[in-house]
Amino acid sequence: MDQLFPLFIWLPLLAFLISLLAPANKEAQLSGIAIFSIGLHFLGLVVFAGMWVFSDFPTLNIKHLLIFEADNNKISIDFYFDKVTAAFALVGSLLSFLVAVYSRYFIHREGGYKQFFSTLLLFFLGYNMLVFSGNYETLFVGWEVVGVCTFLLVSFYRNRYLPVKNSLKVISIYRLGDICLILAMWVSHHVWHENIVFLKLNDGGVVAAHLQTHYAEAVIISLLVLIAAAVKSAQLPFSSWLPRAMEGPTTSSAIFYGSLSVHIGVFVLLRTYPYWQGLEAVKYLIAGLGLTTSLVAISISKLQSSLKPKIAYSSIAQIGLMFIEVAFGFHHLALFHFAGNACLRTYQLLVSPSMQHYLVHHMFYNFVPKQQPVQESPLAGLRNSFYLLSLKEWNLDFMFHRFFWTPFKKAGQRLQFLSSLRAAVIITVIYVLGLLAHFYQASVPAGLFQFLPYVYSFAGLLFILKSFAEKGNALWAWFYVIAGQLFMTLAVALQNVDFGFMEIGIYYSGISVAAIVGAICLIKIHRIDNDINLRDYHGYIYEKPQLGLVFLISCLGLIGLPFTPTFIGIDLLFNHIHKRHLLLVLFTSLGFLFMELAILRVYARIFMGLYKKADHAIAFRSS
Amino acid sequence: MAHSIDTNNQADRAAAGAKNFRGSAQDSSSCFSEEHVLHELRHYLPSQTPLKDFIHHNTLHAFQQSRFYDAIFLASKVFGYQVTLTLAEFRQLYIINRIRPEILERVVTDHKGADSLNLWLNKLLRQEYRNHKRPRVGRLRAHWKSVYDIDLDKQVHPLLFRTLCSYLDQGIATWSFPAGTEGLLAAAAKLEETSFSSFFKTKRARTMLLEGSVDIYDLLKILVGDDRYFEQYIFDQQFSHRGWSGMVATLEAKPDSLYDYRAVALRDAIIFELLLEIDTLDYHLGASWQPLSSAFTQPPINLLAPEPMTESDEVLMLWQDAFEWSYYDQVIAGLTIAAQNRPNGPRQTSFQAIFCIDERECSLRRYVEQTDTECATFGTPGFFGVEFYFQPQNGKFYDKLCPAPVTPKYLIKETEVTEKQSHELLYTNHTHSLLSGFAFSLFLGVIAGGKLVMNVFRPKMSPAISNAFAQMGKGSKLTIENKDANDIENGLQIGFTVPEMAVRVEAQLRSIGLTANFAPLVYVVAHGSSSANNPHHGAHDCGACSGRPGAVNARVLAAMANNPRVRAVLAAKGVVIPNETQFVGALHDTAGDKMEFYDIDALSAANAIAHVKNVGVFERALDKNAKERSRRFASINTRGSLAKVRKAISDRSVSLFEPRPELGHGTNTLCIVGRRSLSKGLFLDRRAFLNSYDYTTDPEGLILARIMRPLGPVCGGINLEYYFSRVDNHKLGAGTKLPHNLMGLIGVSNGCDGDLLPGLPLQMIEVHDPVRLLLIVEHYPEVVLKTIQSEPAMYEWYINEWVHLVAMNPDTGVFYYFKEGAFSAYHPSYGSIGGVDDIAAVIERAAKMETNSTVDATRENLPVYTIN
Repeated sequence: MDQLFPLFIWLPLLAFLISLLAPANKEAQLSGIAIFSIGLHFLGLVVFAGMWVFSDFPTLNIKHLLIFEADNNKISIDFYFDKVTAAFALVGSLLSFLVAVYSRYFIHREGGYKQFFSTLLLFFLGYNMLVFSGNYETLFVGWEVVGVCTFLLVSFYRNRYLPVKNSLKVISIYRLGDICLILAMWVSHHVWHENIVFLKLNDGGVVAAHLQTHYAEAVIISLLVLIAAAVKSAQLPFSSWLPRAMEGPTTSSAIFYGSLSVHIGVFVLLRTYPYWQGLEAVKYLIAGLGLTTSLVAISISKLQSSLKPKIAYSSIAQIGLMFIEVAFGFHHLALFHFAGNACLRTYQLLVSPSMQHYLVHHMFYNFVPKQQPVQESPLAGLRNSFYLLSLKEWNLDFMFHRFFWTPFKKAGQRLQFLSSLRAAVIITVIYVLGLLAHFYQASVPAGLFQFLPYVYSFAGLLFILKSFAEKGNALWAWFYVIAGQLFMTLAVALQNVDFGFMEIGIYYSGISVAAIVGAICLIKIHRIDNDINLRDYHGYIYEKPQLGLVFLISCLGLIGLPFTPTFIGIDLLFNHIHKRHLLLVLFTSLGFLFMELAILRVYARIFMGLYKKADHAIAFRSS
Repeated sequence: MAHSIDTNNQADRAAAGAKNFRGSAQDSSSCFSEEHVLHELRHYLPSQTPLKDFIHHNTLHAFQQSRFYDAIFLASKVFGYQVTLTLAEFRQLYIINRIRPEILERVVTDHKGADSLNLWLNKLLRQEYRNHKRPRVGRLRAHWKSVYDIDLDKQVHPLLFRTLCSYLDQGIATWSFPAGTEGLLAAAAKLEETSFSSFFKTKRARTMLLEGSVDIYDLLKILVGDDRYFEQYIFDQQFSHRGWSGMVATLEAKPDSLYDYRAVALRDAIIFELLLEIDTLDYHLGASWQPLSSAFTQPPINLLAPEPMTESDEVLMLWQDAFEWSYYDQVIAGLTIAAQNRPNGPRQTSFQAIFCIDERECSLRRYVEQTDTECATFGTPGFFGVEFYFQPQNGKFYDKLCPAPVTPKYLIKETEVTEKQSHELLYTNHTHSLLSGFAFSLFLGVIAGGKLVMNVFRPKMSPAISNAFAQMGKGSKLTIENKDANDIENGLQIGFTVPEMAVRVEAQLRSIGLTANFAPLVYVVAHGSSSANNPHHGAHDCGACSGRPGAVNARVLAAMANNPRVRAVLAAKGVVIPNETQFVGALHDTAGDKMEFYDIDALSAANAIAHVKNVGVFERALDKNAKERSRRFASINTRGSLAKVRKAISDRSVSLFEPRPELGHGTNTLCIVGRRSLSKGLFLDRRAFLNSYDYTTDPEGLILARIMRPLGPVCGGINLEYYFSRVDNHKLGAGTKLPHNLMGLIGVSNGCDGDLLPGLPLQMIEVHDPVRLLLIVEHYPEVVLKTIQSEPAMYEWYINEWVHLVAMNPDTGVFYYFKEGAFSAYHPSYGSIGGVDDIAAVIERAAKMETNSTVDATRENLPVYTIN
């Protein structure tokens, strides 16, 4: 039985790969692959879960695939199966199946039919990887895949402005969660001295002993996991991404943001519960966050006059309640609540266009006019303040911009002087010097050598911020985002000799191909009109869809899409940062946070958005 | 079908003409006139009402006073619309022979002379044109980004749209905007005043809102500075979100189109937006920044100034003409051939059926006539000449059931309804509150899942689906006859008096030429459309009934014509309806292909028997109609058994996952006014509006004028809305339906921060060939000319070429094309057209589109055939 359940991951992977091969104009094939594989998945899961119930709910755990091993660094794909997995996998599989059948007709003749079904399968793969994961690494792989799919589906209508803008917005908040998860893995790695498997967390004795000695680290890990969970489940203060993610076809909004994606936070909390259940403060924090979110989200939902955001906020409110349930140990309730909420919101989103007829019809027969001018009393003042705040979605979006993104962007903008050939040459020289220092450590004074990691890491971060804020030629952004990565890797290598040839090699093999291919794509695009500034959106994918795809793949390679060498490299990279070097880990994680955003921003600005040559019908910017 | 002469626009235009606003002398010295700018805006903004009242109209109605090509290319330059197919598409159409070479040559020769033929053919076929439009509108405000580095729209739009939507919301929000009755600004100021929070981030805008005395001029002075730029600025601003602005302007003119009343004014919305802009600029630039006009030196541009056509415009014009005539020519050839062997009318008529002129009924009529060769069918606008408001039992409002420009004085009320209204639990607002939402998601989540499974695998009718037959109870009573002159409700007379009924019945019968030889049963068949998950369902209903099903009208006309006292009046006027003859109202669901008949109990014994037989005829015709329609639906196997196809068509209309329950007016191109025998022998592929008219009864064209008056706005309106939604589905249509999100029950947008999207969604227009309507009238050209010239509003449609007009001389069978104010003979270049014995075979053979790009989609549209 143990050996069977990895099939639930391999099946979607296989289906995804097959769907990539199917021709784009064969709708029946494309949807058939998805319906058949997800349907099979669901049936298999039902049988498997039945067997599992008969064997009295054993908790299953297997080491599935060892990806990398050196010294005390082992990265492996582990799977795990318990009640939580069962509930999330069953609901996920059922809803994905229904949505696949629904979409077979719904997406008919839409330009991105293949894109839709391939992304759906990729998402399904990521989701299963996540819910079946047996350790943080596996969970992170699934998590990242889900994140990439989100970007692709929000920007499904890639030649319109708002979907593209919002896909960047969503991914930038998601990225915060990614980084928190990476940091949680990093801290965890250093306190356990291994990559911990979830099964081990169930051992109350081990965890208790661990908390005795590593209380502070445990709190930090829990908080990081909480932030990651709050991001994925659109809890405060991240809630405003969820309604904005509803830019793709209604079916994708339903399955992603109505049901599956948005409950991942609940899953992560359930999965890590054994670890933080002993930390009272964390428990109350989670419950408090859930409660606050529920109240705020419901107030926003109540005054929403547009339907999909209303459903989104209602769902967020229910997820807030689930956080409370998880925190206080009502896990069965939370699982039922999840299943019910997922089905309900999927249904509501799918039928949302019917509400036009239903509500108008209802109004026609039942309308009672209510005049309600603003009232003037202290209580009314409070009520009105609440109304106005909710109308502005509690300024969440604005605050985020003002206090988080803008300062970094401003810092990046100060570095515009770097956009010159001379600066680039100097930077290359500095990098080579650093490499030499790494290989000939003995000849560098120790006092200086000690500082080098910080210097290189900080420089790397600055380069990435520069790239993030670039408004001129996209090639500069590309150059600096690569330079940033090289500097940051070098900084880690300088700090830890164990991060040697092999590790660097793995990392560089991943990014070098991506970097070169990406640069070639940009140069090709540049040749068309001699204009690839990053101030505007260009929408070149309309003219060069294939080049766009190649560039997207190189972007994902550069970012460290799961299964690429870069991805393993990033994991190794973090594992090699010593826990004393807090500043280094701060620079590196900020660097990785902005690196992805900088890269996707280049992709979005050059390839997506309104096509700049208006020789055919293009959308308004406001749509 | 539908729409309206927008009376406001007409008035606007007259006013604009009279004052000569855009006189060049005013340009430099003109001061800003708020009234004038608002007036102009209202004229050019989209005029679509909330979705529940979807009424088709010419999308570019604002330009209708100009000639078609001048208008569309100007609109393109000003607003950046795509107004024809692209050059590449036209060339593809030529390659696949959809545009025929001989027609292209003729069009070029007609326009450019025989000498320049080769020169222009070369331009059309080979020359490259770099035609990257940068619209005039938006250029001024672009300086905020280029000079001040502020993306004003990005920062202002989300809050502006959300505020407008919350203010106008008709019932999505459970906690509604404290709107009051004094308009948006007053309500916003009140809210601002009594709240600890604020719309704004800075003080100045807040103070100005609270003071309440600001006007547009003052705000523009702060923002723009130099008043020469004000008008341009406001246009730039409002056209950056034409959907919302258009909705506000339309609601201001038609406040009745909201059930839940709001005081709406475009001026309020503009002031509110200007305040938000000032706030944003204050926030980013601090207290002291220079107004926009200090940032550049270019003079203001006259946004709407006419501009001569460019060569690439002319190329597109020639292509468009060639595309249109490639089809028209075939139709005229077909009509010529059909005229030579007109079928003799049946000696004896089994029954008569009056349908709507709607082109979707064109195929059903063909099959009804084919199934029972002794019956006769007629076409007339589907409100059947009876105009009234309708109040269903327990209805809180009145539904207008007549063409949009008509304002009825009558009210018909429904009583004795037996059907109960049903509800849908999962649609209620309880799912959106915290605690009951908790209970709902915990316990009803399973039900939701179950419903989803059911709907995916076994779709069926539910309260959430717009049901054409639910407009009134099947056995309910209607207050059709007014018995007491004091029976008045809200200024409307309840029911019609006998003389009023007689006038309407007579006019209706005369207009279709049915004044004698009545069959024992005369059906009055209205139409409506059932569809699931479709906010645009109103666009599929009968436009002559203001976007509602026409069942009530059918019942009302039938009842009037059955009234013995009405018949007595008619007999006195020479229309003798035999006693045995009975009229029966009916409704055809154009999506599900179902029919229902009303008041069957009242039939005489003989007629009841005949009716049963006739229902069989209709049912068989519906089977075949469903089959003909099914060829365009990829999910249905057209070669399957009739029963299977019919079931699939019916399921489709109640399937949540089906964005194309039917294809609406897609492919509409023709409007034929004349006797049925003119078109009976032709297969027109559901592309023709058919209006019955017998020229022999109307030598002076008096009836013709009445018939033709609404054809421009109704058929022309539908056709042009499809045309523009097709050529620019993004800007003039609503884009693809799939991501649509409902806003306040008044419109749809993409996602949650998008602008409202007026126009038709992609799924409705993908089968449509963007060609203008060809109106063919069976009458002497001089009579037709006199008729159209009798009213300027009517004449405008034809003289400005928004609709093509052809008159067929009934004596000679020669066709005359109307151009530049005169008719001249037209001889089709098509010598012969194909004939078919069995339409079913043609239907089964027909090609299916590979993609929905015009070049692929048009392959689905079948040529004209004669039916042997």
